[in-house]
Amino acid sequence: MSVTTLAKAPQREVNYSPRVFDLDAAPLRELNLALHQVADAADEPSWEVINPKGSHAVAAGVAQPIAVEVRGSVGYYCGGMNDKASITVHGSAGPGVGENMMSGQITVKGDASQYAGATGRGGLLVIEGNASSRCGISMKGIDIVVRGNVGHMSAFMAQSGNLVVLGDAGDALGDSIYEARLFVRGEVKSLGADCIKKEMRPEHLAKLKELLDRAGISDVKPEEFTRYGSARTLYNFNIDNADAY
Amino acid sequence: MTYHNPPTTPRRSATFDDYTMSEIRRAAATGIYDIRGSGAKRKLPHFDDLLFLGASISRYPLEGYRERCDTSVTLGARHAKKPIQLKIPITIAGMSFGSLSGPAKEALGRGATIAGTSTTTGDGGMTEEERGHSQTLVYQYLPSRYGMNPRDLRRADAIEIVVGQGAKPGGGGMLLGQKISDRVAEMRTLPKGIDQRSACRHPDWTGPDDLEIKILELREITDWEKPIYVKVGGARPYYDTALAVKAGADVVVLDGMQGGTAATQEVFIEHVGQPTLACIRPAVKALQDLGMHRKVQLIVSGGIRNGADVAKALALGADAVSIGTAALIALGDNDPRWEDEYQKLGTTAGAYDDWHEGKDPAGITTQDPELMKRVDPIAAGRRLANYLKVMTLEAQTIARACGKNHVHNLEPEDLCALTIESAAMAGVPLAGTGWIPGKGSF
Repeated sequence: MSVTTLAKAPQREVNYSPRVFDLDAAPLRELNLALHQVADAADEPSWEVINPKGSHAVAAGVAQPIAVEVRGSVGYYCGGMNDKASITVHGSAGPGVGENMMSGQITVKGDASQYAGATGRGGLLVIEGNASSRCGISMKGIDIVVRGNVGHMSAFMAQSGNLVVLGDAGDALGDSIYEARLFVRGEVKSLGADCIKKEMRPEHLAKLKELLDRAGISDVKPEEFTRYGSARTLYNFNIDNADAY
Repeated sequence: MTYHNPPTTPRRSATFDDYTMSEIRRAAATGIYDIRGSGAKRKLPHFDDLLFLGASISRYPLEGYRERCDTSVTLGARHAKKPIQLKIPITIAGMSFGSLSGPAKEALGRGATIAGTSTTTGDGGMTEEERGHSQTLVYQYLPSRYGMNPRDLRRADAIEIVVGQGAKPGGGGMLLGQKISDRVAEMRTLPKGIDQRSACRHPDWTGPDDLEIKILELREITDWEKPIYVKVGGARPYYDTALAVKAGADVVVLDGMQGGTAATQEVFIEHVGQPTLACIRPAVKALQDLGMHRKVQLIVSGGIRNGADVAKALALGADAVSIGTAALIALGDNDPRWEDEYQKLGTTAGAYDDWHEGKDPAGITTQDPELMKRVDPIAAGRRLANYLKVMTLEAQTIARACGKNHVHNLEPEDLCALTIESAAMAGVPLAGTGWIPGKGSF
């Protein structure tokens, strides 16, 4: 089909230059309110936040498929409950980045503190540096890719979703895990209660490749990872398992 | 002459009483602690140990059917753009879909709405039944975060961050597999039929400094519209209240050890926490010390049964009360009409507390499709509304007798105590004296 046969697109004013929000000049409340008031992502698809300087709850609760570039490091709960947006932190993130996110993508160019992706239900969280303890705690469907290491108690009570760690994992990985899948390329210091090493089947390799591709990682192969998950021995309480807790 | 030693009457041990011995036998047979629902069943110092003084020559009463006694309450005006306005100072406490059936949740919403008050979600997310039938719905934010999502957060009328509850301060929860239906499993993102553990600590914050930031995040997500409650179990009410206020709470919910639960270890229910009566004055003092009494509202729960309890809690400084167990009884829980079936379960109407097993003959604490049909949400909601109205009328009756034109004007000076213990806990004089234990001599 030649271009000339296509129906003419309706004229529409779209601002392709990012709307810049300076947290030195206006309070956080105005930033988040403005982000929440985006009715149609096509109208204001691109946002840039400057001078975050460790502010908490930056771009929390966004519910439109917009892009938010945060120029600097953020405090707690950046992108909390994110739904559809693509948020990039050009710095490091404090505790709880992407907590309970529903969909979309959050990328942290630096390191992430504790509880990254806690209770997340969907979307992709990419940590290009390291993530601290309890990464993916109680995750409920989110996919998390960490290029570096994760700290202790990561994926504690993880219910579903995938945690991919290119580096090492700390103590008690996957403690009390349910149905989440954990892929670790490096060493695991210790496994938590009911978390075991599992066979890497073709469907897991395929899923892992997809996750690495989505995270923009091409220098490692899925075959280099080990899969961990639930032994499912603690799913129904049994007094003879009490020593496991 | 033959002498026979007269026998002594068989004597049972006060220490090893019938219940204690049955529990030892049960533990020995099963190897597992006893899990049950409801709250503390032991006798505790309670509101029954307090009396109102009423009007006399030095105080004049209001005319019962002619002079208005207001019962309205505003919750959350400290920071929220949209505070909650309730007609009555009695709310419905958080109880989850999962632990309760869908019709029971709907009935709670219907009853609360008729009476002009709020109901509360629980550890399992928000259902359409309760949102649709609750004019004012408080959305609990719990450690498990089962069902948590920003859409429900925004369509709630208030958010209650649950730090603890009176039945088990410091404890999490467990919904046993037999109550995990397809729908419950889907809402909690877990496989059907497995035990669902609810953590005792929030996954992404620890301590009051973090709580302050968590509250900030929830306010930012909801554009500062929703009142934020913080619910604590009756453990250290002075400090917990002070820290909740410091963290930015609009409302503090304080649940004493008579407060119920869907499922917890008996040993936890009976041996951890403080009686509701003992919690109120320390919490009120914390608010007063911070200059926040009546600015941050205090909701008290745990064993509230009638209008006298409501009036006493308010007189001690609470802004409102919350009911859970009593609301279930109003819906039909433990009704003698199901006695035959309670007997088959090895219990009796009035004592049934194995709510976690999902076999509730009254159809309230179950996910069994046949049992839950026994709850007519419209009729049960009406019963709850009637009960709430009776409690309100009773509280008004007492307030008028004390000369108050608003139930919030009741005060400790209107009370005396029947026992030294309750006098000390409530900070009111022992009846017939001016003595408040711990505050001056007899």
